[in-house]
Amino acid sequence: MPTWLTIDEYRTLTAVCERLIPADQTPGAAEVGVPDYIDGLLGAFSFDPPRIWAGGSFSGRHGGQPGFARFHCLTALDELAWRTRIEGSLGRPEREFNGLVVGLQERYREGLAALGPDFCDCVPDEQVLRLRSLATFTQLVYDHSCEGMYGAPEYGGNRDAIAWSSIGFAGDVEPRGWTDHEVSEA
Amino acid sequence: MDRSRGIGGVTVDAIIVGSGPGGSTVADILTAAGWSVVIFEKGRNHLIDLEHPYRLADDFSNDEIKFINRHFLGPDPFLEPRTFRTGPEDGDHSFVGDVNSIPSTVGGGGTHADGKVPRFREEDFGLLSTYGPQSGASVADWPLTYADLEPFYADVERRIGVTGDAAANPLAAWRSGPYPMPPGPSMYGAVLSTAAAETLGYHPYPAPGATNSVPYDGRPPCNNCGFCAFFGCPIHAKGDPVAMLQRALMTGNAEIRPETFVSRIRTDGRRATGVDFVGADGVERSMDARYVVVAGGAVETPRLLLLSGFDHPLIGRHLMVHFQTIAAGGFADLRFHAERGRAVTHLHDDALVPDDKSRKAATQAGLPWMRGGIVEHGGPGLPILEAKLYRWGPTHKENMRRSPLRDRLWAFTMQGEDLPVATNRIDLDPTVRDVRGFPVARYTYKPHQHELAASAHHGPRMAAILEAMGAEWTSVVTSPGSIEGPGGRASVDAPMSRHVMGTVRMGEDPATSVADSNGRLHQLPNVVIADSSVFVTSSGYGPTLTLAALAARFATAMVS
Ligand SMILES: Cc1cc2nc3c(=O)[nH]c(=O)nc-3n(C[C@H](O)[C@H](O)[C@H](O)COP(=O)(O)OP(=O)(O)OC[C@H]3O[C@@H](n4cnc5c(N)ncnc54)[C@H](O)[C@@H]3O)c2cc1C
Ligand code: SF4
Repeated sequence: MPTWLTIDEYRTLTAVCERLIPADQTPGAAEVGVPDYIDGLLGAFSFDPPRIWAGGSFSGRHGGQPGFARFHCLTALDELAWRTRIEGSLGRPEREFNGLVVGLQERYREGLAALGPDFCDCVPDEQVLRLRSLATFTQLVYDHSCEGMYGAPEYGGNRDAIAWSSIGFAGDVEPRGWTDHEVSEA
Repeated sequence: MDRSRGIGGVTVDAIIVGSGPGGSTVADILTAAGWSVVIFEKGRNHLIDLEHPYRLADDFSNDEIKFINRHFLGPDPFLEPRTFRTGPEDGDHSFVGDVNSIPSTVGGGGTHADGKVPRFREEDFGLLSTYGPQSGASVADWPLTYADLEPFYADVERRIGVTGDAAANPLAAWRSGPYPMPPGPSMYGAVLSTAAAETLGYHPYPAPGATNSVPYDGRPPCNNCGFCAFFGCPIHAKGDPVAMLQRALMTGNAEIRPETFVSRIRTDGRRATGVDFVGADGVERSMDARYVVVAGGAVETPRLLLLSGFDHPLIGRHLMVHFQTIAAGGFADLRFHAERGRAVTHLHDDALVPDDKSRKAATQAGLPWMRGGIVEHGGPGLPILEAKLYRWGPTHKENMRRSPLRDRLWAFTMQGEDLPVATNRIDLDPTVRDVRGFPVARYTYKPHQHELAASAHHGPRMAAILEAMGAEWTSVVTSPGSIEGPGGRASVDAPMSRHVMGTVRMGEDPATSVADSNGRLHQLPNVVIADSSVFVTSSGYGPTLTLAALAARFATAMVS
């Protein structure tokens, strides 16, 4: 179940992400969990603490006490910034000290709607045409898709670190790090 | 307004604004001399437990989303934007957002720099006498020499814990002793690029680094995790400024107040009496002190002086930002694995020393002389940054696997000397406010012809080294713009370099400078500026060790 998107929006988003980063011999955005990354960002404030910054110091994937899944608490100012970024300024004066802000939730809701209710059922060429015609929104989803693919799995994407292994990237390596030999040799 | 008292409820000896490398150095020296110090830091604290025994925190991590995409170390460009324009012809500003911000957090930019900390050369302190004037720029000598600063360079190298090889760089200034630690391991790409540079007559050397290569000061050696530039160190192997802050706290004479913005320096007309500040609760309070040390960085420091109503006409002027030139090369048969190591392990300084070719290029450009800057070998290898460079669609995954723009790419970045120009400045934006309601800093900046000519001369030379390494293609980019505004918009004109200097110029003459050679404002001698704002010229070296050495000199003068 998505956290913030409706089921239909989530389906459309999944099709969009897969068109942006399609599977080939390795998994594409849908299988890697990119839509969950984006839905997790849009719904970050459904969690306590909000899912904005994963914890430290280590994930446990290379030793050490796993801490990434323990998200940081936000200060009042951070909450203001992230709520405004995600929810928009909604006419509230404390969010509009430098003008109106359109939030990510609204941009996703409108962008997904503009792709059409039949987007999931379109042939790939048609999907590509529609994405090209909404270039700004597509760029937004692509940027987030890159984060969801190649960021830490604790944010909901990059399931089982599969996108890292598919590109030969070790991901977060502390506290193991790399030996001097691994740094200096081919 | 509430009155807040310092440690033990009495007036403190010094308030320090900013906990970056400059403020931390001052705190270390003042507290060791028994002074009571309160450090105000507008950013959050993710560095150190503020209670005894001041354990180092476990908030930092190898997490690209947190540190690069989500402003974990601040400043958040929504809460604290800056504005930019190339000149009055752009109107009030042409861009609002992140204009080469340095982290706003306990530890400042030191926490997430990859910490290459070379010293300047002797002539950097006497550019006017060495090379002469440049039309349209205020080239001047510093009010102190390399010899004056050398003991402080040596001192801060020990405080921070700096690695290096004193014999490795024939172009380096003289030094009174060895580096406190030997260099760490060379990154694989740097092994290849230094060899190629040497065949072309350059003099690459292991970058002096503020990252431990051996256990130092109770902290472990760097284990080369690769998430170095832009990231806090999860194992605290970076010494700058962790070591100094921890030591200052251990004396019991220092208090750090995070999430607290200093909004004004109070004065009685002749001397500063303290500061006004806004804490996390949003309430404005004030605190008295014998001295106010301003170390907010070269953008926020002049902003605070202007917010305080100080009226010296040169405050904010002569803003300098290193002029970056990046040469990148593609290598189909190599994988550099730049995700292992400290992002940059080697430099060469040749572009800082004029030779016949650069003299000829200067003459052709109508300039009396020109200098480039340090050339950094390599850079970080981060996959989200890489992924966003490729087009979406069926080629994306193949690109990521082959990795032409990360794993098969090697690059040089030159941090070019930027001449001081009076119209390049920081002032207060007329309309844009920060979240606390204070006017934000506005950049007005255009490069001088010197920077453009030096970039045009040295760019192809860096590309030639990549060709000697076997690059299949090379490309040179000049001073790329900053990355993100609140709407995700990029500014192409705002420079990207995080080496910012010059906005509270130091000198002996109050008509041509704002601070004296001990960092004291001519107008208010108990206000000391302890960051790169006081730089007279920018050189082409990273500013941090030099600003820390100056901060050490200024603090030593305060206590003696
Ligand atoms: C990715 C990156 C890599 C870098 N690499 C290098 C490098 O290799 N070599 C090098 O020499 N330099 C490097 N730098 C630059 C380096 O970070 C700065 O030169 C250095 O941090 C400046 O130190 P500072 O103490 O003057 O200021 P800062 O580090 O900017 O610290 C100032 C602090 O003051 C606080 N502050 C400001 N105003 C106020 C106020 N009014 N009230 C309360 N607090 C305030 C800020 O929040 C901040 O934390 C790098 C920077 C970045 C971003
Ligand atoms: S590369 Fe070294 S100094 Fe840099 S963050 Fe990793 S462990 Fe710390």
